[in-house]
Amino acid sequence: MQIFSCPFCGPRPEYEFHFGGDLGNHRPEGFDAVPDQKWADYLYFRNNPKGMAREVWMHLTCGEMFSMTRDTVTMEAAPGEALAEGQP
Amino acid sequence: MTARRLPLGGEIERARPLRFTFDGKVIEGFVGDTLASALLASGRQVLGRSFKYRRPRGLFGAGVEEPNICADVTEGAAFRPNQRVTTEPARDGLVLRSASTAPDAERDRTGFIDLFARFIPSGFYYKTFMFPDWHLFEPRIRAMAGLGRVDPAKTGPVGDQVNHFCDALVIGAGPVGLAAARMLAGAGKSVVLADDGSRPGGSLLYREAEIDGMPGADWLAETLAQLAGLGVTILPRTTAFGLYDHGLVALNQRHEDGRADTLWRVRPERIVLAAGAIERPLPFSMNDLPGIMSAQAGLSYLRRQAVLPGANIVVAANNSTGAGVARAMAEAGARVTLVDRRPDTAPLSGIACHAGRSIDRALGRKAVQGVVLDDGTEITCDCLLVSGGFTPTIHLYAQAKGRLAWDETRLAFLPGDPVPGLTVIGGAAGQFTLGEAFATLPAALGLEGAPTAAPSSYAITPAWPEPGRKGRIWIDYQHDVTAKDVELAARENFTSVEHLKRYTTLGMATDQGKTSNLNGLALMGALTGREIPEVGTTTYRPPFTPVPYTSLAGLRGGERMNPLRRLALEGRHRALGAAMGEYGGWLRPVHYGEDDAAILAEAKMARATVGLFDASPLGKIEVIGPDAADFLDFIYYNTVSTLKPGGCRYGFILAESGVVYDDGVLVRLDEHRFVVSCSSSHVAGVHAMLEEWRQDRFPARRIFIHNATAGTATITVTGPEARAAIRAAGIAADLDDAAFPHMTTRPGRHGDTPLRLTRVSFTGDRSYELSIRQDLAPGLWDALDGAARALGGGPIGIEAVMILRAEKGYIVIGKDSDGMTRPMDLGLAGPLRSKKAEFIGKRSLLQEEAQRPDRNQLVGLQPADGGGLLPVGAHGLDLSGAAPRSIGYVTSSYPGAGHDGPVALALIERGASRHGEVIELHHLGSRRRARITAPCAFDPKGDRLNG
Repeated sequence: MQIFSCPFCGPRPEYEFHFGGDLGNHRPEGFDAVPDQKWADYLYFRNNPKGMAREVWMHLTCGEMFSMTRDTVTMEAAPGEALAEGQP
Repeated sequence: MTARRLPLGGEIERARPLRFTFDGKVIEGFVGDTLASALLASGRQVLGRSFKYRRPRGLFGAGVEEPNICADVTEGAAFRPNQRVTTEPARDGLVLRSASTAPDAERDRTGFIDLFARFIPSGFYYKTFMFPDWHLFEPRIRAMAGLGRVDPAKTGPVGDQVNHFCDALVIGAGPVGLAAARMLAGAGKSVVLADDGSRPGGSLLYREAEIDGMPGADWLAETLAQLAGLGVTILPRTTAFGLYDHGLVALNQRHEDGRADTLWRVRPERIVLAAGAIERPLPFSMNDLPGIMSAQAGLSYLRRQAVLPGANIVVAANNSTGAGVARAMAEAGARVTLVDRRPDTAPLSGIACHAGRSIDRALGRKAVQGVVLDDGTEITCDCLLVSGGFTPTIHLYAQAKGRLAWDETRLAFLPGDPVPGLTVIGGAAGQFTLGEAFATLPAALGLEGAPTAAPSSYAITPAWPEPGRKGRIWIDYQHDVTAKDVELAARENFTSVEHLKRYTTLGMATDQGKTSNLNGLALMGALTGREIPEVGTTTYRPPFTPVPYTSLAGLRGGERMNPLRRLALEGRHRALGAAMGEYGGWLRPVHYGEDDAAILAEAKMARATVGLFDASPLGKIEVIGPDAADFLDFIYYNTVSTLKPGGCRYGFILAESGVVYDDGVLVRLDEHRFVVSCSSSHVAGVHAMLEEWRQDRFPARRIFIHNATAGTATITVTGPEARAAIRAAGIAADLDDAAFPHMTTRPGRHGDTPLRLTRVSFTGDRSYELSIRQDLAPGLWDALDGAARALGGGPIGIEAVMILRAEKGYIVIGKDSDGMTRPMDLGLAGPLRSKKAEFIGKRSLLQEEAQRPDRNQLVGLQPADGGGLLPVGAHGLDLSGAAPRSIGYVTSSYPGAGHDGPVALALIERGASRHGEVIELHHLGSRRRARITAPCAFDPKGDRLNG
């Protein structure tokens, strides 16, 4: 079992966390002005890197979302960082 | 084998005798015996049957490495299948049944299979039972395969789980592990010392040693006292079986008293692996006969439980440890012959010695009766102790992705490159003498204070299985893999170790090849002209030893697996005789009457007068704040910001993919306060979704989200007499339809208690949802129940509500929709065209898939063949092509309560434009006919909402 570190609650077991997707997967705005390909990228295409991954996670017990850098090879996880307001 | 208990010695408590049964026979022993040592002392030879050929087998090992003998153990109500008898303490009253035998180990009736052994080599089953169909043969083969028997009527006891943090975890409490623990604890570290034996000491419990000038046993006692003083946690009977992410070491602790095993999750700063090494067998013909045993195991039985394994013992070794075992057996009174493959072995007084010789074959059928040496010498014996060298236990190092390095002088894979946070010492690092192991401790640990032992030497000469030898040479005892099987694998080009393992099942048994893997890969190397390091090892995967599921599950079993959520009114429902059932995680009243027939009666009662329904699990997520309306406009498919305070609106929440995720009623209590009334089973998901979008997209401090579901009970009053019932219950509220129309919410009181009345309907009848603080709900329920009964109504269960909503065409998301359903498919196309604001999933509704004209759409179905209920899951058929094609399926089906006859809902291709059409349905081989209708089968104009 992995231990992740919530910026507000500290280190907690992984089952308290929920994956929120790639950091920086911005939602394309503009409804029908958004091309299909761009919308599909947003919905379905993930970075899936081998090595360092920048991700959004939610700590379910406190409800806060934060960013976390994780190594997908060694599974090392840096302490989570609070997201600044308005930061996507 | 004529093993016998010696009158003196050992660690057994002779004043505390005990008895257990094995295959119905009484076995006597003492406290301090393992099941294995008591069985050995009883003189029984055949204790099990081999996995494939059903050959008689006896004990080989004395610890976790034991490949041969497992038993199903019953103790009172507890049942543990397939336990290794070498690791289980003997206890009074146990009932053992040898695993994989019929009827028992001694008289196994499948023993004849061995006569056909040469016709059933590796791969035999794959090759032979292909034609005509494997499934014809499978049941009988399966019945014979496997180890142990699971008794489904008996579950294991519930195990504890412990989470623990420490500075250092030392694995192995042999002399080197003890020394390391003392050095670490002496330096102020918090230390956990785990050992899979019954007591700490490792080889000191049965091998002679001199440490710091003291006899080994004295040093052990002194060191244990010191460790206790230093606060070291010692875990006996505890196997570190796996290393997992983020430095988690999982350990399984067995208990002497038969309690369920304890799972330890330890997160040490540093792991010190001192797990020692496991002795390998020697390869010679018929090397699996009962009475052939690991030399170190024999020594352990002799010294620890005072069991002399034979009267006439041959000790065969390819290394310098054989002589010590031979001497000990001779001193204990056995006649001993030493066969040492090393030519330079020094003669031992009183022991016949054959230097430079090895064993060609063993003699005997159900037990070893003699050996023939490679020079033709025949020696009679009743016990053969073998040592083919030692394999370091470096599983945790390998699991930590450490790379193994082959050592040609020790003939073992040793830890290669260092792994951060993990130190390997002692026998696990190939240091097979105490002097050598202690000398390297200061450098390995970076600490002073290592003990000293007189230098001694370890020498070994190769004794690998050789290709082309005659006779049956067992490589893997537990899975009956012989040298011939490895040769066959090589011939058929399964030469990689991983292929070798899977083709022959070498090393795949519950012992995971602890004694067999190295001999197997050495033979494969010889067959393919490769050196052992070129062949390499298979991947080391956890668990090192079998771990009971009860240990891994801990408390998360049965009801605790997924705890039920309980209604505040459960006591009331039970008092009314409700049958309770699980719906979306909540335990809810299914119906109140005796049986299922009550369901339709309850639905009809609600249509006729009034029904009371506990709707407490319904989501009540409050969204509060100045930006709440904008926020919910983004969340909902429908426009909600135009809703007036005190109003309600039905709407969908979509996922970003455009698929309908949830439906429900949004209530606007005032300008800045809403209640999201989502489906009961979606509350946690919707709550997380709201939080996610609030934090991601909106000024987070201008919106506050509070999940009030658990704190609020909701009682729905529905039916033509609903308003009368509420009035009669003494609830203070303006119930006039002009002041309180359908789809509005109003405050009210029940006595002193404030409550919220909301006019929404999931039944099509006039309905009021009364929400109240959950602890005050029973008083409200009693008042409403009395009033409803006076009006000819009463409580109704969730199944009655399902009938009422289905005949109105009201959907349940996830039942009447699936992972493809867009809101337009449910007849709600308006917002996509008219709603200006952005909302979740909006762009996805423009995708080609969402706009396809042949989408499955919600319809009603009526039987068109005079039959009864249409089966849920039945597929609609398009019969116009060459082969029938599915055009959707039935999602809900109920008898009508207000409607006369069965009603059904379905998702049917282009369904919205096919009302009136009759289609074929297919279900489990039978056909039905049904007419497509509008989803609503009852009161289509909705007059009853105000009736």
